[in-house]
Amino acid sequence: MTAALAVVVAALVNITGPGHYIHWGFIQISVGNIIVISLMVVTFLAAILIPYHRKGGRS
Amino acid sequence: MTAVDHTPAETGEGLAEDADQWTAKIRRFLMSNLPPGRLIPDRQPSYMASWIYIFGALTMGALAMVIISGGLLSVEGPTWWHASSVGLFVNSLHLWSVELFFFFMVVHLWGKFFMAAWRGNRALTWMTGVITFMASIGAGLTGYLSQTNFDSQWISTQAKDGLNGVGVGSFFNVLNFGQMLMWHIMILPLAVVAISVLHVLLVRTRGIVPPIELEPANSATATTGGEA
Ligand code: HEM
Repeated sequence: MTAALAVVVAALVNITGPGHYIHWGFIQISVGNIIVISLMVVTFLAAILIPYHRKGGRS
Repeated sequence: MTAVDHTPAETGEGLAEDADQWTAKIRRFLMSNLPPGRLIPDRQPSYMASWIYIFGALTMGALAMVIISGGLLSVEGPTWWHASSVGLFVNSLHLWSVELFFFFMVVHLWGKFFMAAWRGNRALTWMTGVITFMASIGAGLTGYLSQTNFDSQWISTQAKDGLNGVGVGSFFNVLNFGQMLMWHIMILPLAVVAISVLHVLLVRTRGIVPPIELEPANSATATTGGEA
């Protein structure tokens, strides 16, 4: 990876240093985990809601 | 067409006097449960036209990438995957295909959960899914332990207390690098792949589960008892 690209990626996702956590009452979850879980929920909803069109259109 | 001689066993029939051999029994079992047209079908029921059905196949694709990249890592070894740029790339490929594997598997299992896909004699399909999921978690843990870096040291010393707490530490010792590596590259991948193959063959045997609305009326609500 070129140095410039490495800087851009590191700025987006900085994994050096302590992790980031969300505290909400007794719930504590890392930011990484909450992002992945949200993405899975979004993907699940998209898979259900987006119509599936077949090639050739014979329905 | 040039004539090829097919023996009676090749055409699936066999000779009457061989009928009680184990080869004939297994062949009859496979022919009735998984005839070629059911094993590799050309068409599927119309209710399968939804993106949610893609996730089983996506999980298989991610698993294939995990196995291929993991195979490359084993061929080259730790110094390669820590120090060379190609090695780092293959190491990352391995990690990210694992991330996708779990991601797709979870969306897949949510889909199957909400359509109650264990209906109609499909409990074993669901249960083989559960077992692969658990074996994959073990493969994930032992994978982190096989990195040969400070991360794996940290994870093993954290995991040992929990595993000793439940009493499995003497059989499954996370501080034993050799043992963890063997679990990671031999036992658990074999289990995950073998049970996934069984899982998919079960899906092919039973066919895809019909939507709840199309369920034969007798199954859950029957008042007469027995088969309709
Ligand atoms: C290695 C992981 C897995 C692989 C490769 C895999 C693969 C597949 C494939 C290819 C199908 C058929 C296509 C589809 O419906 O998506 C399927 C169906 C199914 N899967 Fe999985 N799966 C995995 C894990 C799981 C898990 C964790 C569960 C639930 C605990 C599960 C439950 C099911 C069920 C119940 C069906 C049958 C659906 C039906 O008959 O309509 N699978 N799986």
